[in-house]
Amino acid sequence: MVSAGPQGFLKRGEVMSQLIDRRLNGRNKSAVNRRRFLRRYKNQIKRAVGEAIAGRSITDIDKGERVSIPTKDISEPVFGHDSSGRRERVHPGNRDFMPGDRIDRPPPAGGGQGKKASNEGNGRDDFVFDISQEEFLEFFFEDLALPDLVKTRLATVVDHNLVRAGHTPSGVPSNLDVVRSLKGAMARRMALGAPYRRRLRQLVAELDSSRGGSEERDGASRALEEEIAELKRRIGGIPFIDTFDLRFRNRIKQPKPSTQAVMFCLMDVSGSMDTERKDIAKRFFILLYLFLSRNYKRIEVVFIRHHTTALEVDEYDFFYARETGGTVVSSALKLTYDIIGRRFPTSEWNLYVAQASDGDNWSDDSPICRSMLLNKLMPCLQYYAYVEIAAENPQNLWLEYEQVNAACENFVMQRIKTQSDIYPVFRELFKKQPA
Amino acid sequence: MSRSPISRGSEWTFDLIRRYDREIARVAAQYGLDTYPNQIEIISAEQMMDAYSSAGMPVGYSYWSYGKQFIAVEQQYRRGRMGLAYEIVINSDPCIAYLMEENTMMMQALVIAHAAYGHNSFFKNNYLFRTWTSADSVIDYLLFAKDYVAKCEERYGEEPVELLLDSCHALMSHGVDRYKRPSRLSPQRELQRQRDREAYIQSQLNDLWRTVPVTQAGQAQAREARFPAEPQENLLYFIEKNAPLLEPWQREIVRIVRKIGQYFFPQRQTQVMNEGWATFWHYTIINHLYDEGLLDDGFMMEFVQSHTNVVFQSAFDDPRYTGINPYALGFAMMRDIRRVCENPTEEDRRWFPDLAGGDWVKSLDFAMRNFKDESFIAQYLSPRLIREFRLFSVLDDDHNEKIEISAIHDDGGYRYVRNALAEQYNLGNREPNIQVYDVNRRGDRSLTLRHSQHNRRGLGESTEEVLTHIESPQARDIAVAAAARPLG
Repeated sequence: MVSAGPQGFLKRGEVMSQLIDRRLNGRNKSAVNRRRFLRRYKNQIKRAVGEAIAGRSITDIDKGERVSIPTKDISEPVFGHDSSGRRERVHPGNRDFMPGDRIDRPPPAGGGQGKKASNEGNGRDDFVFDISQEEFLEFFFEDLALPDLVKTRLATVVDHNLVRAGHTPSGVPSNLDVVRSLKGAMARRMALGAPYRRRLRQLVAELDSSRGGSEERDGASRALEEEIAELKRRIGGIPFIDTFDLRFRNRIKQPKPSTQAVMFCLMDVSGSMDTERKDIAKRFFILLYLFLSRNYKRIEVVFIRHHTTALEVDEYDFFYARETGGTVVSSALKLTYDIIGRRFPTSEWNLYVAQASDGDNWSDDSPICRSMLLNKLMPCLQYYAYVEIAAENPQNLWLEYEQVNAACENFVMQRIKTQSDIYPVFRELFKKQPA
Repeated sequence: MSRSPISRGSEWTFDLIRRYDREIARVAAQYGLDTYPNQIEIISAEQMMDAYSSAGMPVGYSYWSYGKQFIAVEQQYRRGRMGLAYEIVINSDPCIAYLMEENTMMMQALVIAHAAYGHNSFFKNNYLFRTWTSADSVIDYLLFAKDYVAKCEERYGEEPVELLLDSCHALMSHGVDRYKRPSRLSPQRELQRQRDREAYIQSQLNDLWRTVPVTQAGQAQAREARFPAEPQENLLYFIEKNAPLLEPWQREIVRIVRKIGQYFFPQRQTQVMNEGWATFWHYTIINHLYDEGLLDDGFMMEFVQSHTNVVFQSAFDDPRYTGINPYALGFAMMRDIRRVCENPTEEDRRWFPDLAGGDWVKSLDFAMRNFKDESFIAQYLSPRLIREFRLFSVLDDDHNEKIEISAIHDDGGYRYVRNALAEQYNLGNREPNIQVYDVNRRGDRSLTLRHSQHNRRGLGESTEEVLTHIESPQARDIAVAAAARPLG
């Protein structure tokens, strides 16, 4: 290496150090290791994500999450000693111990060998870290069996358009509006110079009238001339352009999709819908919500739950309140129709309905549902998605809905058992390019 | 002599760093510090976290555990729970030292003195580093390792490679030759030798397989001759050379992990000395520059504050106490050696007749070159320091109900405390002594490991898990019974 050669003629200590700026080199060298860590503990993280989904509002699905894994699970095994046998340790800071003193053994975890030791394994505290929004969605999507294209579309953050919005007095030079700034400068110059110019005109007139004559007059006109010169200097002293005059083109961000949509979540909450089914239903709603949030600027969500009667409720009651009793689906459809009529005129809103049910319905009611849908609801809707969760055989509602399905293109239905069955419901929907 | 300070204020520039480096190099040379050429690199906080989490290796193969480290560091840093280390320095030639861009000018100067001259000269001259590491080829080797592991992942899939690395890392601390000097490496030679090894070992392994039982008598005789003939302490080496069912690439990865473990082996044995030495020199050099008038008072105030933090030692009953701070102990001992040379007391003359009144630069240099933590403490810890630190030793014997104060900082206790502290830094005591004892080649092909107990200390709770890792690189479909506990 170099050291052999130059030492001869360079005196020791004169070898210059090399100074290198590495700050622009890649900074994500650990990204690959981080990914591997996430993959290795996929199950734990997925559990955390699952819990987060259960705990979150469906309109709030789009965030990262804090994940915690028991330290024990991720520690790496090595040959080490346990606490048995004879050990001697030296500590600093003796106060009043004397040789031969006998004292109680301190509790193993706390006390002396505090924090550092807990890394080694017996610490009970968890390894806590954050995953990003993207990673969160990735885990969320995993069991839903989404095609990659759809995943990327949902995982992308909403694009923004930059839209002109008047002018501002501050900004970056490239946004400077020269013409407007100069106009402002001119106006300012005129305004500030106006009193001087008025006086100047007066003086000039006086000077003209006093011209030619006696010495006395000469003296007066000299004074006038001096004042005129002073005024001219002042007018000249008004800055041609001032930072005050600068005007910058203002641009604001506007989310690209500029329309609004309302999503109705209809769910059967009769006794037969247990927590597990509701969980699947929740994912079904979330997925539709995610899709809508990527395509519409503003989304309202209306939750309607029903058994024999339908009720508009908030999200918590929707997922967690328990009801018993029979099922009359048409009550929910009717309520939806009423709410549309009252609050969401079809000229202003895109309407989506997602319905989840276990398929039970009063047999008399199912035909009513069909005619409600065909005659009233479907004409105003963009899309209607129906899932029947984990029913053994198609129920009577299913048979009626099949007729609706045949008649309307934007009506989809699916019977699902697991999370991975949800996506096909939306296949047609996701095929469309977002508006 | 009074000159104008090199800089005022806390902003650093590249020119200033160069000037400071030149002055520090001048002073270091004056004290006779012998260093590799320096390569000082400015990096961002994120890059520092990267470097941090890969065990301080500038290039490392991809492994989940480094990701775990990274996440932990990142989280702590984000929540403001810890500042990043001031410096990372790599034992290589040229010696690479990282400076973080967030540091103030004072900090950059401190780090240059500490890492680029302190640690650097330690790496170059301490006997352990000279014996165990080859500074001029380590970066190349790490590069080779990274590429090799990546290539294996490509060819055999990420999962089998990860499983193998898991197993190797579990045994990393038992993958060191303690008595043999490693040979020097160069990347081309390493590559060539790796190919040769592959071919050769595979041709030889059949020896282990040639196990057709001949006669009963023969078998009994074979039982007598143990394999390996001598117990092997280097488990990874033994596995690399003898495990019958490993593919050539697997052998190579075992070897890579073993080599990297070996590269870090000296650092684990010289923590107190290495940090003490570097801290002593940043302290001495910066003070020297201040005396020359090259540093202003603002610089010094800031310096003293950081330095004091670095060498802070809390008492055993302090909630912050996490053990003896190697910076504090090392720095105090280095300074103490200088003190004994320059102003020996009567006590020092009795304890250190060779040192008292000697040339402190030479004495320190000698100590730095020829010791490791264990022997350094046994040799140089003075009664005065024991008193200053108020050191006391505690005996914890699980046969007794209570723990016992075995010695304190008094006349009767100095030697005892000193030996106890030295033993505490003896890696041989800290890590269980586990050796390959026997391979049953003719019978059930089991591998026997022997744990020689010291002071009746048992094995920790993750032992069983480590043993499963030994099974996997050894041989998958062969039952390996490991008798770790009973012998001993």
